[in-house]
Amino acid sequence: MFKYLKQLTSLVAMVAVLFTFTTETMAAKKSKTLKNTQKKGFVRCGVSQGLPGFSNADAAGNWTGVDVDVCRAVAAAVLGDANKVKFTPLSAKERFTALTSNEIDILSRNTTWTLSRDADIGLTFVGVNFYDGQGFMVRKNSGYSSVNDFKNGISACTNLGTTTELNMRDFFNSKGISYEPVTFEKADEVVAAYDAGRCDTYTTDKSGLAAQRIKLSSPDDHIVLPETISKEPLGPVVRQGDSVWEDIVRWSLNVMIEAEEYGVNSANADSMKTSDNPAVKRLVGAEGELGAALGLDNDWSLRIIKQVGNYGESYKRNIADTGILPDRGPNELWTKGGILYVPPAR
Amino acid sequence: MNIKKILPQLLTLLVVILIFGFFSYNAQVNMENRGITFGYGFLSQESSFDVQFSLIEYDGSHSYFRAYLVGLLNTILVSVIGIIFATIIGVVVGIARLSNNYLIKRTAAVYVEFFRNIPLLLQIFFWYFAALRALPLPQDTEPMFGVFFLTIKGFFVPAFVWNNLDIFIYSIIAAIISIIFVRIYARKKQQNEGIQTPVLSISIGLILILPILSFLFGGVDASVEIPVIKQLSQTGFTYEGGIKLPPELISLALALSLYTATFIAECVRAGVQGVSKGQKEAAASIGLTPNQVLKLVIMPQALRIIIPPTTNQYLNLTKNSSLAAAIAYPDLVLVFAGTALMQTGRAIEIVSITMLTYLSLSISISIFMNWYNKKIAIKEK
Repeated sequence: MFKYLKQLTSLVAMVAVLFTFTTETMAAKKSKTLKNTQKKGFVRCGVSQGLPGFSNADAAGNWTGVDVDVCRAVAAAVLGDANKVKFTPLSAKERFTALTSNEIDILSRNTTWTLSRDADIGLTFVGVNFYDGQGFMVRKNSGYSSVNDFKNGISACTNLGTTTELNMRDFFNSKGISYEPVTFEKADEVVAAYDAGRCDTYTTDKSGLAAQRIKLSSPDDHIVLPETISKEPLGPVVRQGDSVWEDIVRWSLNVMIEAEEYGVNSANADSMKTSDNPAVKRLVGAEGELGAALGLDNDWSLRIIKQVGNYGESYKRNIADTGILPDRGPNELWTKGGILYVPPAR
Repeated sequence: MNIKKILPQLLTLLVVILIFGFFSYNAQVNMENRGITFGYGFLSQESSFDVQFSLIEYDGSHSYFRAYLVGLLNTILVSVIGIIFATIIGVVVGIARLSNNYLIKRTAAVYVEFFRNIPLLLQIFFWYFAALRALPLPQDTEPMFGVFFLTIKGFFVPAFVWNNLDIFIYSIIAAIISIIFVRIYARKKQQNEGIQTPVLSISIGLILILPILSFLFGGVDASVEIPVIKQLSQTGFTYEGGIKLPPELISLALALSLYTATFIAECVRAGVQGVSKGQKEAAASIGLTPNQVLKLVIMPQALRIIIPPTTNQYLNLTKNSSLAAAIAYPDLVLVFAGTALMQTGRAIEIVSITMLTYLSLSISISIFMNWYNKKIAIKEK
């Protein structure tokens, strides 16, 4: 009898090993990034070098912002803890190389989704977490009230290596205005040069203008002109070629937006498990098997909502309450007059 | 030839080739996996971004290659300006450090110690933001000599508007060629007959008279275009017409030359001190005037010591000019390895071109300085 016991145990062990391998899910097998992230125990996230409201570190090194929250949501979904994120501050110039060369796994750094970026350089945009547009800031006493007041010879300060540089050219060309572009590598130098009077106008995404205005010596002496000269859909980016990881990041963001739509927030998420609405129940993991499709457990979305909150909470905490852009504008839900509309999580 | 000698060389070569091969293969595989294509075809595509300051005609409708040229020329411009000023300041300060006057000597020493011990990037920021804080707005500026305007938006200087510029240039080339002939003739005459010809006065005469003749008889005509103030908004002004030197160029050239001049000053001091005292005394004892002593005895020997380390400083200055990106001067790194890289995403291609360009620039300076060093070296007969 004992002769067989040994063989039996090894058989059980073998089956157990096989079983654990299969329960590691097909998805994890397919996704190198997911596997590596689970092995490391943190999500590697590329953020800006400091843009209040989007990704900004306080004195203690804690990162906050709507871009930061996307990475936190992924960490909550994949690792169960929204704080298991390693943030890497990147300049506009470094950001794509850092992602394609495997230094980071998510780039969530107010990055504009364009065709050439999506298709040409090995990147995939997974969604939009902020609808922005390029605008101009000028001195109040200049008397400019519209971009139509601009005259030949105007000098414009901006950041190097962004879509801003291209939009600016398109804009001034279409108006037939000759201009002087002064481009700096870092946002702080742009602000300092504009503040000193080197440039007549400072141009970048309107959210950026609102955030950087706080850094000027007397913010009240400057205004942002009403016109928006471009579409700037900002969103998280992942490497091309790992569709499972791509889906995880995409749906982590979508869940935050959908949670707001259905009124699920960090405070009431647990009680929503007994909701009558099947869509809500799916969101908090009380119905369906949505996690399995992503290679995650079924509580992944509940953790996102509980630990990070829904999109509205994130926006309020980071952008509205800090006085950057109290009005949500296009970043309001489609049901409330905005253009925030995500595919259903089902 | 000994196999023992060749084998290590071959092995080293093999290892180097293998390492390079491994890295390029690895890069290729990685790029393929991520769907990144490789190629230099983008250079002919439309760049669609503008640059604030360019020596050649350029705007966003030109190609990326043209943008590369713009950046390269701007790098060369700031390097040449920097090298000229660093050399002038360096020589003056270096000689001042050897002065017998205590005040001059100490001032020069303090300057050297101060500027060479502060990181260059900080100095660039200092000059740039100091300039931006100190310079007046366009409407507040006091013109220098009525035609130069130094403002926060740049240094506006008058431009010449030429008629028949080519004839004027030909006259200058003709003057230079005749000066070379005069020098050769004068040298021969001195060697054969021992009679000296006043080469300097003849040269100055030639370079002045020929271009003047071109004005009088060649139909050359130049008028001056003076910058005029222009109102942009209720409080915003700028200047139009003339030539505009951006404050970024001025502060970068200033920072580079003040920093590098300290090192050149030390080279000059070392060179002059390296010539033994006996040489000077011997030259004086055969009746040479102090000017001749410096020109014919001290300097030729000092230069031999000064040139090689100064070459290094010229190379450093050229490479340091890449810090321009920090203050928005559109050099090679900012325009090409910055904006163009961002817009195309072709990191490997662009960085490799940029590296090769700096390498070629440095090697060209090296070759020229080595040629000059050989020319002035003592020729033993």
